[in-house]
Amino acid sequence: MAVSVDEAVSTGPGRDHTPPARRSGGRGRSVLEVALLAVLAVVMLFPALWMIETSIKENRDVYAIPAKFFDFTVTLEHFKDVFVASGGRSALSVSFLNSVVVAGVSTALATVLGVPAAWAYSRFSVKAKKDQLFFILSTRFMPPVVVVIPIFLMYRQVGLIDSKLGLILIYAAFNVPFTIWMMKGFVDEVPAEYEDAAMLDGYTRLQAFWRYTLPLLLPGIAATAVFALIFSWNEFVFAIFLTSSDTVRTAPPAIAGLIGGTTVDWGLVAAASVVFALPVLVFAYLVRKHLVAGVTLGAVRR
Amino acid sequence: MGTVAVQGLRKSFGKVQALDGVTLDVPDGSFFVVLGPSGAGKTTTLRAIAGLEKLDAGSVHLDGRDATGDAPAERDLAMVFQSYALYPRLTAYENIASPLRARRCSSSEIAAAVERMSSLLHIERLLQRRPAQMSGGEMQRVALARALVRRPRAFLMDEPLTNLDLKLRVEMRTELTRIHRSLGATFIYVTNDQVEALSMADRVAVLKDGKVQQVGTPAEVYERPANQWVAGFVGSPQISLLPCHAEGDRLVGAEGWTLPRPRWSTAEDGRPLVLGLRAEDLSVEQRGDASLPGELYGLEPLGDRTVVDVQVGTEILKVKARPTFTGTPGERLHVTVDLDRAHLFDAGTGLALSEAGR
Repeated sequence: MAVSVDEAVSTGPGRDHTPPARRSGGRGRSVLEVALLAVLAVVMLFPALWMIETSIKENRDVYAIPAKFFDFTVTLEHFKDVFVASGGRSALSVSFLNSVVVAGVSTALATVLGVPAAWAYSRFSVKAKKDQLFFILSTRFMPPVVVVIPIFLMYRQVGLIDSKLGLILIYAAFNVPFTIWMMKGFVDEVPAEYEDAAMLDGYTRLQAFWRYTLPLLLPGIAATAVFALIFSWNEFVFAIFLTSSDTVRTAPPAIAGLIGGTTVDWGLVAAASVVFALPVLVFAYLVRKHLVAGVTLGAVRR
Repeated sequence: MGTVAVQGLRKSFGKVQALDGVTLDVPDGSFFVVLGPSGAGKTTTLRAIAGLEKLDAGSVHLDGRDATGDAPAERDLAMVFQSYALYPRLTAYENIASPLRARRCSSSEIAAAVERMSSLLHIERLLQRRPAQMSGGEMQRVALARALVRRPRAFLMDEPLTNLDLKLRVEMRTELTRIHRSLGATFIYVTNDQVEALSMADRVAVLKDGKVQQVGTPAEVYERPANQWVAGFVGSPQISLLPCHAEGDRLVGAEGWTLPRPRWSTAEDGRPLVLGLRAEDLSVEQRGDASLPGELYGLEPLGDRTVVDVQVGTEILKVKARPTFTGTPGERLHVTVDLDRAHLFDAGTGLALSEAGR
């Protein structure tokens, strides 16, 4: 993504970009502030660090009491177990693949449906637009656990239980409202006059959108899609209620399923969790600039 | 060919009636200026002609054919937007080429047309730049080139000079007039700047609150404003308006002054009137009996002339004087009125009195 939304939509030459007033790191921070931040950082990061440590410890070190922080033997055995089982691919690796498919397809679906809808809500005068938008948003108010039983019953009727398609549809249904709301903010930022100009040039409205507005929306679409992807990737409640077989299950219920036997292979759980967390981290890192832009866009008045 | 006729345009945005029955006839090849303050509905009128605005009522005829429901692309018009609306990711060259690409012209045709435009508007060195790398004046030229690169039925311009600095605006005024003359095409030009309207237009339509107040040549609009509002909006310095009424062969002001009644005025005695006097029809030199006593209020030396503010009763008259005129505030003086060029309006309706006898 070479062009940020800001550059892409600015019409004025050399607009002044005054950087937000920010205190330079370290200086001006009181000891108390530093201490509090340090405590907070430790509390927040410890579980993640512990997870990573456990994933590379040998089993006897995992269960050692007192816990070994530094002097343990490093092994990648657990990571191998995540992907390979005796006689071929492990069940976990299948669930990871399922997660990739379900998250990817549902995000693509939500984007394809949500972006044009957001454009339409931004550009056209629609009857009771505010009410419609509020209704769309209201579908997000409900926690999934409230609707999972009715959806389970409906899915059973139509044969979507224990299928990837079922998960894809439900995740897309949850992501479309989010996509519409977030993308509407981005579309609002792109002056409608580009499309007006394109239509006078001789293009139809759809061509004008496709040729001149859509390219300017790409950073916004990327940011929105990452949010949708992370939601679908992390989703647990629907996944555990609506799927049961190993060939369909996504990673979150599969990892959870590792816990609960007579013995728990914590090394494997930790390794699977690390593998599960990595894509989210990578994506969030790649689009971190747009994530912040996406969150703050609507708040800034230009 | 390039006639544009709109009939009874109505459009409301929520509770705001942006267009309230706008009817205009734009002859082929004319430089037609739509003049009005902000919020008068000028831009909405232009967008309605372009097909960018869905109308509540009314029709748009292009070259005599009803085009009310046509998509913008079908209308064969070109437009310059106030914000220029240059495509930010494209170079100036591609921006100018866009209307031709939409019409699937060959790349050699496009290259030739863009080159012709860039030399006409002196923007050859800008062609590889993107809008973000151009100044306001440069973007304005590119936007103009994008409109002019085709030979559409008519050119629509939405306050294209408003965002330029004064010097550039004056230059571009001359240039636009020159381009219009050389193309002989129909221009519909929206502005809130009455100087632009008076200096460039063949015909001016004055708009206020979504209603057409007057249509005419610049001279007609200036010399014979249809109502008090047009008189006040057109002309700089602003016309001075004095409440008065007729009594026999005199006009008697609310402040007690009297003037001989203009021969052409037909109002009956006692009817409340407003006397409109332009600065150039007033003089601080006393001659004749058509004069008003007043007090010097202030001076605005403008180089080529001095505008003298004279207080008559509670009203301030703007009087044009020689640049050498001097005086001290508070000084008593007489303002001579050229009554043959004065305007009378009905105080109730604001309409100009019949000037049949003038």
